[in-house]
Amino acid sequence: MAEAIRRQAPLSRWVIYAVLILFAAFYLVPLLVTVLNSVRTEQDIGSTSVVGWPRELALSNFGKAWGTYCIAQRCEGISPFMLNSIMMVVPATIISTLIGALNGYSIALWRFRGDNWVFGIITLGVFLPEQMKLVPWTLVLRDLGLSNTITALVFIHVIQGISFTTLFCRNYYVAIPPDLLKAAKIDGAGYFRIFWRIVLPLSPPILIVTVIWQFTHIWNEFLYGVTFTTGAQQPVTAALIALSVSVAEAPQYGVQSAAVLIAALPTLLVYLFGGKYFLRGLTAGAVK
Amino acid sequence: MLAPWLVHLVLWPPLLVSVVHIIGFTGYTTWISFTSSTLIPENDFVGLRNYNSVLASRNWTIATENLLIFGTGFVVLTTAIGLTLAVLLDQRIRAENVLRTIYLYPMAVSFVVTGTVWSWLLNPSIGIQKLVRGLGWEAFRFDWVVDRDMAIYTIVIAGAWQASGFAMALFLAGIRSVDADLYKAAQIDGAGPWRIYRRVVLPAIWPIFIAVMVILLQYTIKTFDLVRALTGGGPGIATQLPSLVVYDLMFQRGLLGRGSAAAVLMLLYLLAVLLPYFAFVQWRKRRNARHG
Repeated sequence: MAEAIRRQAPLSRWVIYAVLILFAAFYLVPLLVTVLNSVRTEQDIGSTSVVGWPRELALSNFGKAWGTYCIAQRCEGISPFMLNSIMMVVPATIISTLIGALNGYSIALWRFRGDNWVFGIITLGVFLPEQMKLVPWTLVLRDLGLSNTITALVFIHVIQGISFTTLFCRNYYVAIPPDLLKAAKIDGAGYFRIFWRIVLPLSPPILIVTVIWQFTHIWNEFLYGVTFTTGAQQPVTAALIALSVSVAEAPQYGVQSAAVLIAALPTLLVYLFGGKYFLRGLTAGAVK
Repeated sequence: MLAPWLVHLVLWPPLLVSVVHIIGFTGYTTWISFTSSTLIPENDFVGLRNYNSVLASRNWTIATENLLIFGTGFVVLTTAIGLTLAVLLDQRIRAENVLRTIYLYPMAVSFVVTGTVWSWLLNPSIGIQKLVRGLGWEAFRFDWVVDRDMAIYTIVIAGAWQASGFAMALFLAGIRSVDADLYKAAQIDGAGPWRIYRRVVLPAIWPIFIAVMVILLQYTIKTFDLVRALTGGGPGIATQLPSLVVYDLMFQRGLLGRGSAAAVLMLLYLLAVLLPYFAFVQWRKRRNARHG
């Protein structure tokens, strides 16, 4: 294509750049608005609009959003909910990734009777709508005595996540040459030894993709959070909605912007540092 | 070396848990949808009663209409933006990586966050309308989000904002995987760049079009948090979607049977999109195997 493009008139080059930059602005506006509002005072926002430069820096918004703002009658800001989300996302990500790696290995390399069926059903779980699982989960959580706990959310995200992590890992492990395993088996290596010595050392790329996918996905998840937890047990996404409800009576756009920004930060950072892997996971898990 | 039976002991539990929860949960919710369950699950078969009452409700009719409007608008707009950006980015652009990072970041952020920010921008008393009026254009109106007829389109805009970078990434990957010889042949024939796109590239990537559209369509069927954060389904029930109806029936009205029926209907909508697609993928695989 290169020659053809070099022959283009410079004018059309300018048009292309202009359109691309215009779209970049379109994508950035909501982020920019949030960042600017997070350091604006309520009077400032109230007297103009949510779009504007700060007249004075109100850095206290972050302190309030983090530690003192009232959400549903509790005045501790979003920090307890951030902690909930961390307590949920870290174990759920690690456990589901490990199980997914083992499952993927079993299905791709340790062939057994019915493996295609098992894989087919597990991938069904990738696109099954969450709404189909709400009632059964309610009953399972009640029977396990886990209602309204963070442990319940960890449990749900591990089990649901297995579908994705297995899919990712299986599709990656399928490319490992079977001869490699045959040789190891002849040497007397078993299930775990082969996994540990051969498969795992080949896995870092897919494990990074899986961890990033699970982390972003679980952190951003909302429906389960709002259905299975209430009050102090909610993850931050559910708490943000509660916050916007309590804000509705007396708007606090500055504090809310700060809260939204804090809640979005972990996944934004993961995206900035692992963008390539994030995109790979997105493409692989696209049927969700 | 572990005994073979021990291996099976390790191998099966996680696989079984996944398989059982997928089949079991789907089966159970389907069963509940045929019972008179309200606050607690009952085990009496009442036939299609729940389906009839869901399908006859205004709530569901509006949700389905909205799904059609939202689905069409969102898929068309997102695909168009995604394809435009991909073609433009393919013109040996400087700072391509920076631009791509900017276009795709909305996918990394929670719909709850996105929806909240968009709800401010669209709110006439604090957002874009107020900004433009403040600049001196007093008669400016942009109050779609509180307008019953227009509110659903604000969800289309916010949804396209969120997902178009993803469509761009898929299209760009497709464009870049087109065989270089095809380009060369077209160039030798004297075709200009836009002609090459129209005649060579787009016909070569049409399977990606279908994939992108299917992915986006099933996003629309599952959309919940975006609407919840942006409009809460309102004004009134003007932006109601099936996923919100399910939640409302199950957990706000305590009608598990009807809620389950609505969830099964959602699943059927989804299958109506996915089954033809899977059949199409299989058909192509077989055809390629034959010709390949």
